[in-house]
Amino acid sequence: EEGLESWFRPRRRVRVLVQTPEEGRVLVQTPEGGRMQTVTLIPGDGIGPEISTAVMKIFEAAKAPIQWEEKNVTAIKGPGGKWIIPPEAKESMDKNKIGLKGPLKTPIAAGHPSMNLLLRKTFDLYANVRPCMSIEGYKTPYTDVDLVTIRENTEGEYSGIEHTIVDGVVQSIKLITEDASRKIAEYAFEYAKNNQRASVTAVHKANIMRMSDGLFLRKCRQVAENYRDIKFTEMYLDTVCLNMVQDPTQFDVLVMPNLYGDILSDLCAGLIGGLGVTPSGNIGANNVAIFESVHGTAPDIAGLDLANPTALLLSAVMMLRHMGMHDYSKKIETACFNTIRDKKVLTGDLGGKSKCSEFTAEICQRVRDMD
Amino acid sequence: MATVKPLPPPAKYGGRHTVTLIPGDGIGPELLNHVRELFRFSCVPVDFEVVNVCSSTEDDINNAITAIRRNGVALKGNIETLHTLPASHKSRNNLLRTSLDLYANVMHCKSLPGVQTRHNNIDIMIIRENTEGEYSSLEHESVTGVVECLKIITRTNSLRIAEYAFKLAREKGRKRVTAVHKANIMKLGDGLFLQCCREVAAGYPDIAFDAMIVDNTTMQLVSKPQQFDVMVMPNLYGNVVSNVCAGLVGGPGLVPGANYGHDYAVFETATRNTGKSIADRNIANPTAMLLASCMMLDHLKLYDYATMIRNAVLTTMNETRVRLNSPRRCSPHTFHN
Repeated sequence: EEGLESWFRPRRRVRVLVQTPEEGRVLVQTPEGGRMQTVTLIPGDGIGPEISTAVMKIFEAAKAPIQWEEKNVTAIKGPGGKWIIPPEAKESMDKNKIGLKGPLKTPIAAGHPSMNLLLRKTFDLYANVRPCMSIEGYKTPYTDVDLVTIRENTEGEYSGIEHTIVDGVVQSIKLITEDASRKIAEYAFEYAKNNQRASVTAVHKANIMRMSDGLFLRKCRQVAENYRDIKFTEMYLDTVCLNMVQDPTQFDVLVMPNLYGDILSDLCAGLIGGLGVTPSGNIGANNVAIFESVHGTAPDIAGLDLANPTALLLSAVMMLRHMGMHDYSKKIETACFNTIRDKKVLTGDLGGKSKCSEFTAEICQRVRDMD
Repeated sequence: MATVKPLPPPAKYGGRHTVTLIPGDGIGPELLNHVRELFRFSCVPVDFEVVNVCSSTEDDINNAITAIRRNGVALKGNIETLHTLPASHKSRNNLLRTSLDLYANVMHCKSLPGVQTRHNNIDIMIIRENTEGEYSSLEHESVTGVVECLKIITRTNSLRIAEYAFKLAREKGRKRVTAVHKANIMKLGDGLFLQCCREVAAGYPDIAFDAMIVDNTTMQLVSKPQQFDVMVMPNLYGNVVSNVCAGLVGGPGLVPGANYGHDYAVFETATRNTGKSIADRNIANPTAMLLASCMMLDHLKLYDYATMIRNAVLTTMNETRVRLNSPRRCSPHTFHN
């Protein structure tokens, strides 16, 4: 009978990371398992709506306990003249804490800053995480890539502080603070611990930028003391680039300031096949996490059912892992990788001729077959 | 543009040139010893004035700079910068480059026959601004726990490097110059650099010009590096891109680099590694340093010697079918030609 069976069904343990704002420490909390979780979905522009629909269909086929709340984040002028995202979107994110976002376009002459920048500032998304794993079936010159880049997302070279000192001389300021460096280092080590990664490498250029990158390194070293079972190494940015294109298997988790992170994360995305297959997650203060696809809006193929939903799907899988739903994430990820590996139904950018809906249907079928 | 100063007379006496040699740290000394042996064996009319630079005192680097000013040309190994020392201790290599105003770092990445790599048919020239940008070494801690580092971009230097890039492209018969930047984020700084490149490009209608953002550039480099021809960029992006390209054609042991200023030229390996972990074990690859010495001979107008040595190096590599990442004894290779 149903009642007796429930004794023998293994209880699913779900672990969720929670950061207490006042102490800044990361605790582990166990919520009740099996509850429906609401996630804010931002479809985005261009191919965004199609790929979001694809992801929703696949999640439905997998019977994942996720409820989607669609919100639009087109910037509006708030009180005081500052550009903000619509208040309903902000409330929804603050309530749900987890978001999935498609590509957003920034109109050039709109007068407001980039949408991604706005979201970053609104939710203080301090860490950008990109796991790069070679996809079997999507051949690139690099096989066996399995690394994660963790990039500090708020300061560094992207502080946006620039002045023209005299005509023809411009100075850009790179800002490195103790707090931000400590937060990103802590996140990197926690991520390594929770995902069974063996080592963390700090990427820097402290030989040239002695004080700024030196501060970043010092903080990383301090945090490393609390995680003795994870190996900590430091490497110059140029050495990392040099070794990355020769042998990417030697790297595990990489943590770095903003600019180096930007360049290296895109370099690693290039190793596994580009932005169309790379997932990405942004972690913010107050446990907010927004997972996104980092490719563009592809306006030329928007609405033609030709888009590849892999990037958004893998980001959604990352989201499930973050929420502790490891069974569902494994199921969907395996279905996706198997579809790509079998090469029968692939979208145009992966080398096939199928439509987005056919690719999605194939993955849904595999997911259902797994049950 | 500054008025052209007359070049100082070459350090040549009795038909023999004098070149400053800075061994540096790590694998530098052993590689430069190979160069000296080869030059002696081939009877190249070059005498080396060796200047050792120890990382701790200021005097050594000043002596080296004076020696280079005297001779005009130098061949150097990388000088280690211990980043545990305080910020007042500047990188010696950087000090050398800025004092002598070696504003252009030129690196030619070409797929070598006989070297197995993942990508083939790569032929990229990278011209990197060598004196300003992120390497200005201007940092301060305004409030405890908050450090500011200044990146300086000037119109003069940007115009100068762009002019150098286009002139070199024309000389070598290249068709396209790509400027690498991040002007969508650093609108004023990289925006100024890009604007200067565009202005110079207008004066060279025979050469195509385009621009690419640095993160996209690295992604394109690892998937399709054959699309690039000549690339020009500010200092830090130059560091990243040149290391990526060196990795693509086979590693740091194969690519030579040159730093050109208006009056002086300093030659070294392109990726400027100290190589401490492989020093004194006779396994470092001397190709990069040997090819750099050939570039130096070209600069001194000793073209025949340069061609002879270059052919010998490339033939050796081709014949012995170099497999990278396998330890080879370094010295027998040198005497193979």
